[in-house]
Amino acid sequence: MGMTLTEKILAKKAGVAHLTPHEFIEIEPDLALANDITAPITIDEFEKVGGKKVFRPECVFLVPDHFTPNKDILSAEHYRKLKEFAAVHQGVHFFEQGEVGVEHALLPEIGAVRPGMVIIGADSHTCTYGALGAFSTGVGSTDIAGYLLTGKAWLKVPPTIKAVFTGVMGPWMSAKDLILLFIGTIGVSGAQYKAIEFSGPVVDGLSVEGRMTMANMAIEAGAKNGVFVADDKVEAYLRGRTKEKGDYLTPDKDAVYERVVVIDVTGRSPVVAWPHLPENVRPAREGGNVRIDQVVIGSCTNGRIEDLRTAAQILKGRRVAPHLRCLIIPATPAIYRQALEEGLFQIFLDAHAVISPPTCGPCLGGHMGILAHGERCVSTTNRNFVGRMGHRDSEIYLASPAVAAATAVTGRITDPAELMK
Amino acid sequence: MKYSGIVYKFADNVNTDEIIPARYLNTTDPAVLGRYCMEDIRPGFGAKAVKGSIIVAGDNFGCGSSREHAPLSIKYAGIACVVAVSFARIFFRNAINIGLPIVESREIYEHINEGDTLTIDLDQGKAVIGAGSPITIAPFPLFMQKIIEEGGWLPYLLKSRTAQAERLK
Repeated sequence: MGMTLTEKILAKKAGVAHLTPHEFIEIEPDLALANDITAPITIDEFEKVGGKKVFRPECVFLVPDHFTPNKDILSAEHYRKLKEFAAVHQGVHFFEQGEVGVEHALLPEIGAVRPGMVIIGADSHTCTYGALGAFSTGVGSTDIAGYLLTGKAWLKVPPTIKAVFTGVMGPWMSAKDLILLFIGTIGVSGAQYKAIEFSGPVVDGLSVEGRMTMANMAIEAGAKNGVFVADDKVEAYLRGRTKEKGDYLTPDKDAVYERVVVIDVTGRSPVVAWPHLPENVRPAREGGNVRIDQVVIGSCTNGRIEDLRTAAQILKGRRVAPHLRCLIIPATPAIYRQALEEGLFQIFLDAHAVISPPTCGPCLGGHMGILAHGERCVSTTNRNFVGRMGHRDSEIYLASPAVAAATAVTGRITDPAELMK
Repeated sequence: MKYSGIVYKFADNVNTDEIIPARYLNTTDPAVLGRYCMEDIRPGFGAKAVKGSIIVAGDNFGCGSSREHAPLSIKYAGIACVVAVSFARIFFRNAINIGLPIVESREIYEHINEGDTLTIDLDQGKAVIGAGSPITIAPFPLFMQKIIEEGGWLPYLLKSRTAQAERLK
């Protein structure tokens, strides 16, 4: 009996010929990561049980991205804890301000992720690396402490949902619209405990950055991981970033999928997830009467150079609506530099947008753009739960960079086609 | 293991931003995490929750972030056990890893009301609402039960490592 891509990657790591869904396995992941919110608990737990030596420090990545540049004293103390831990445990990767970026944009950028790897991270959007053909899943701080001690983690093999995207995308549609349409179709628990294997001509045509946007939001459907078959686009992406070879696995022709979901995008237009669940998906053009106070363009979902280029395309020669704040957050220093060199910052500054250093910031209501009661934000981030970006009586509308930029100009939810005739 | 307490009932999709908002994530202080449990959907819940009480919720409890602060805040608020129709997977593994008892049961959720007394017997695999008839609850896989019994993933890991070391001697 054939295996899905997820089953294959895990079987290889577990050193067995075959795995089926619902089996429990104990494996040795290739890479573990944690951030400035989750690592403090990891470090405390590691030290509380008398941990003295990190098992494979070169496989551990501590990325302080959520509340940095340090937003207050408590956050500064946490940052310091990560920094000191890395200094003591030589080989553990730590990224100082000036190098650090949003973890799920940074790690692929520096060539830390390759096809066939098994990655665990104390962050729910760790599923992002499935875009490069890795098995990658979010776990808790204690799981990472266990990894520091023993190099091991326990996992249950997930059944796979095959997601097939067909048709032709309409004007201004992008990867963000594809994943929102998927979540809108199956619901926020529609993929609970499952792997999502993304396929179909539409996703084959996506860039690696686009695939990262999609894999990033697998968790928002409740999935354990979201994975793409790594192809020549991934190979091209990795060239120059790493000398190590990846394992370019493919699902078997007779793989067994629990469910197949087909999304035909023909005739569709850019969408928005209305408050307060990512599954609340409707066409952007239905939002013309919704007045917006803030736009955020950034995050591990949509903070990469292609996202910023799209935003610049729409903002060029235009100005952000006078009542509205537009916050643009390049996800890593390299992306920040590239945007600067390509002249995108000129466009953003002329538009009266705000350019932030790389950070998760407002995505989780940390800093760099919090909402007051009654305020509404269109955001390229990944969650719109109650109170996520500020006051419990504020609202978040999730969208693509194109919709976010168009909205920033008009001051209300806008389909880019309306602006860019 | 047996738990008995008054019930606080919650709906579907209670997410980690609601369980413990990000503005409290710059601390690991149990007093703070417990105090602000569920603060944006039930202000004051964490401060007033009765020690040993039980949360009963619908589908997809704990969806959203991987923050371990979420099950920790529930534990520090004094909640003894969480029952839900289903759990989001990261919350599920975090709860097991920190030794917070959790139970999956649609039947309990459908028959219980806020303020009822719920008694859960994990060894017998049975639960009782007030003075009602027993409801069967399915046990978790053995190794997960062991993790909860040991008090979490790390105590379990270290015990099995010590056991292995002894076998090798």
